[in-house]
Amino acid sequence: MNYSDIVTRCRASNDWAPLVEAIPFARFLNLRIDVKGDAFTCILPFEQKLIGNPVLPALHGGATGGFLECAGLFYLLLEMETRSLPKTIDFNIDYLRTGLPRDTYANVVMVKQGRRVVNLRIEAWQSSPDKPIALGHCNFMLGA
Amino acid sequence: MTEIPPLNEEEIARRWQKFVHVSPYNRELNLQSDVVRPDWCAIKIEYQDALVGDPQTGVLHGGVITVLLDVAFGFAIFVKLPAFRPMATLDLRIDYLKPATPGRAVLGGAVCYKLTSELAFVRGCAYHESPDDPIATAVGIYMFTEGRPVISYEEVPR
Repeated sequence: MNYSDIVTRCRASNDWAPLVEAIPFARFLNLRIDVKGDAFTCILPFEQKLIGNPVLPALHGGATGGFLECAGLFYLLLEMETRSLPKTIDFNIDYLRTGLPRDTYANVVMVKQGRRVVNLRIEAWQSSPDKPIALGHCNFMLGA
Repeated sequence: MTEIPPLNEEEIARRWQKFVHVSPYNRELNLQSDVVRPDWCAIKIEYQDALVGDPQTGVLHGGVITVLLDVAFGFAIFVKLPAFRPMATLDLRIDYLKPATPGRAVLGGAVCYKLTSELAFVRGCAYHESPDDPIATAVGIYMFTEGRPVISYEEVPR
């Protein structure tokens, strides 16, 4: 089973759970994928285990970072329909606001699509898309 | 007066373990403090099937490297502070040089190379055996924040 087949099946049913199930780390974060027309959103449902700072409390920066990377990879699997996973070349994360103990959403912008490398901007937000809690900028090497 | 012998490295790392597990996310991933020295702090994660990024290869997800380095960066800063201060990650950059080898534990090591009153600058890498053969290299900037520290400074082993 390759990823483009999974994406095709998910698209037909608009049930993206099988794609999340295909990536153990995404399953560990209990991610959800929501696709409405051209709009792609990846969701990190809040769970106590995602807390980094229990005093505030705030999401762990490592959890937010891992979520951003998953969102970018899922976006590319949907957009590029490659059989294998893209490989992360580098990942820059700007943490802009405290991640509150609530659900987090991620939207993705393809900044540049090259033949082998794509550059993505991934924005994570909670209360409103214009108040991002974290931004990811990253280059991915496309899979076959 | 009896002189107290200095603690060996394993004992110091073991005593720092409770600070790793202050964070629920670190507990969930079972991160371990491996080395805690002013010139190098390393956090370890055992290979876990649940953390794989690509089942076709068995390689751990990049998000695992991210948390490992984030925690090591925090330790590398804490170990240089005269007293704990709450802080937040401002930014983090990770370059992936090669995939982690499936089945093997990964270490995230770091050093804080510049401290100012408001910021801490750190660099480090993820590796199996040696930082000279890195899986990923990383730099980060952390900002000290207001509020109560997550961990109190009592009994911090030095």
